[in-house]
Amino acid sequence: MKTTETPAPLPAESGAPITKTDIGPPPPVKEKKEGTVLNVFSHGVLVVWAFMVVLPLLWAVMTSFKDDRSIFSSPWSLPDSLHFDNWSRAWTQANMSDYFLNTVLVVGGSLIGTLVLGSMAAYVLARFEFPGNRFIYFLFIGGMSFPIMLALVPLFYVVNNMGLLNTIHGLILVYIAYSLPFTVFFLTAFFRTLPTSIAEAAFVDGASHSRTFFQIMLPMAKPGLISVGIFNFLGQWNQYMLPTVLNTDPDKRVLTQGLVQLAVSQGYKGDWSGLFAGLVMAMLPVLAAYIIFQRQVVQGLTAGALK
Amino acid sequence: MQHGKYRFIVGFLALPLGLYALFVVWPFIQSIYYSFTDWTGLSPEFKMVGFDNYSRMLDDDIFWKSLQHSLLFALLLPVVTISLALFFAFMINVGGRKRRNGPVVTGVRGSSFYKIVYFFPQVLSIAIVALLFAFAYNPDSGAINTLLRGIGLGDVQPLWLGDPDLALWAVMAVLVWSTVGFFVVLFSAGMASIPAEMYEAALLDGANRVTTFFRVTLPLLWDTVQSGWVYMGILALGAESFAVVQIMTTGPGGPDYSTTVMVLYVYQKAFRDGQAAYATTIGVALLVVTLAFAAVVMRLGRRERLEY
Repeated sequence: MKTTETPAPLPAESGAPITKTDIGPPPPVKEKKEGTVLNVFSHGVLVVWAFMVVLPLLWAVMTSFKDDRSIFSSPWSLPDSLHFDNWSRAWTQANMSDYFLNTVLVVGGSLIGTLVLGSMAAYVLARFEFPGNRFIYFLFIGGMSFPIMLALVPLFYVVNNMGLLNTIHGLILVYIAYSLPFTVFFLTAFFRTLPTSIAEAAFVDGASHSRTFFQIMLPMAKPGLISVGIFNFLGQWNQYMLPTVLNTDPDKRVLTQGLVQLAVSQGYKGDWSGLFAGLVMAMLPVLAAYIIFQRQVVQGLTAGALK
Repeated sequence: MQHGKYRFIVGFLALPLGLYALFVVWPFIQSIYYSFTDWTGLSPEFKMVGFDNYSRMLDDDIFWKSLQHSLLFALLLPVVTISLALFFAFMINVGGRKRRNGPVVTGVRGSSFYKIVYFFPQVLSIAIVALLFAFAYNPDSGAINTLLRGIGLGDVQPLWLGDPDLALWAVMAVLVWSTVGFFVVLFSAGMASIPAEMYEAALLDGANRVTTFFRVTLPLLWDTVQSGWVYMGILALGAESFAVVQIMTTGPGGPDYSTTVMVLYVYQKAFRDGQAAYATTIGVALLVVTLAFAAVVMRLGRRERLEY
């Protein structure tokens, strides 16, 4: 993956991009004709799609600042004044703060669990020869391609029998289990690339295997952990199917679930502006995380498809 | 490095493997077993019924409808998405004007900007994207129909999600919108690793960009395209289509079952109708479709591997 990305320029309304990769004055117009026509054409097409991507998002942000009446009467007009009360209403009355807290708890717990357990399994699978190594590896990897829905029906009853239905920690354990395939896959490849000599030296000096792992290998694996961590953060933050099935207690809802419930029940008391404020609130953390960690996100996500 | 090795291995593997076996592998095996029973999911009692669920499935009109829609999702959606993404990625990476002293083939100005923006929908929850577009599709006050009125197309006011002939396409368009960016970035990474000399040689031979694309870029990128296709197909058969259909279309899976898909049908049978065993049967059918899809794409896409 080439990493030439400059920091994200703000999506200007005009769609006119400026990057630092262009050096020197613009080339003379006397280029080959095909090149010029193509260049105009490319830019035209690309700008149109960029616009189509950004427009719905801008529309959502804009709508979250409008009052209910103008949302319906003129969806495209700018808000007459910025109704910040939509945001505070959504946050307090529409339980967005609870959903947010639930999501933070679930994602925080699962993210830590996924990284710890995933790196332990990956380390062992990558660095030690033992009977069954390949089998266990492929057992984990196989989980990346089968339809989760198939397992979901019995999973509901497994979770139920263990008394973990509608609990935060139950959801955390399930999230970890379903995040392991990709995490193990990614980190196994990563641990294989790390030099063995340092770990061996530590071991010779009398460090135990687990001490070697936690004090030497794990710090060395930091870049890999960050990539896979961001990947899992996005996936777990955006999870919809698992909580929908395993978490039906209204008090335990996560963001995606809570928002869909609000919308299904016609918005709480028909408060559409509050609902839009909630939508935008749920979008902002991931968009922010993406813009900050853009390179790692792309690496993590594309590694999955290129397996 | 032998001392205490096995104790260490067991200690490190026990917890992750245990969780994975308990919540992923075991339910998966169970579901195949349950498909041969009459389990309702509501009571713990059930008995074996052989292939009853399977023969019932073959007579179930709604199952066939959902299968049809799922196949459309798995076959058409990746074709549209990947074609669009290839087109954009080619523009971004090869569509640039030749600059003085620069390489022969360059990306357009601002290529990194496009890649960043196109990727936005990919990081949003598909549930939130679905909600957003459900509002936009609203026939009276939604953003899309209002926009149509605004540009003088007031006569064209489709019902979108309410129209049985349109609903499925409207839902699929949302998935295209949300996934194209991912593939643009994926293919861009692939295109960036194609050596510039290949393009230079093609251009010297007088090839234009279209020929270059079909003769140089696409063949060299074929492996990536193929795995992207399988990846997208699996998504379209599973979690992604569940979220968009369940959230965007109301009732039993759209007006007159026009948008129902297999995952949604599994969910409804299990958690709404109390027919857990029958649900797992449809789930097994979904597994078969997924595996067959992957096998067919791999088989059709087999080409001689190009080394460069």
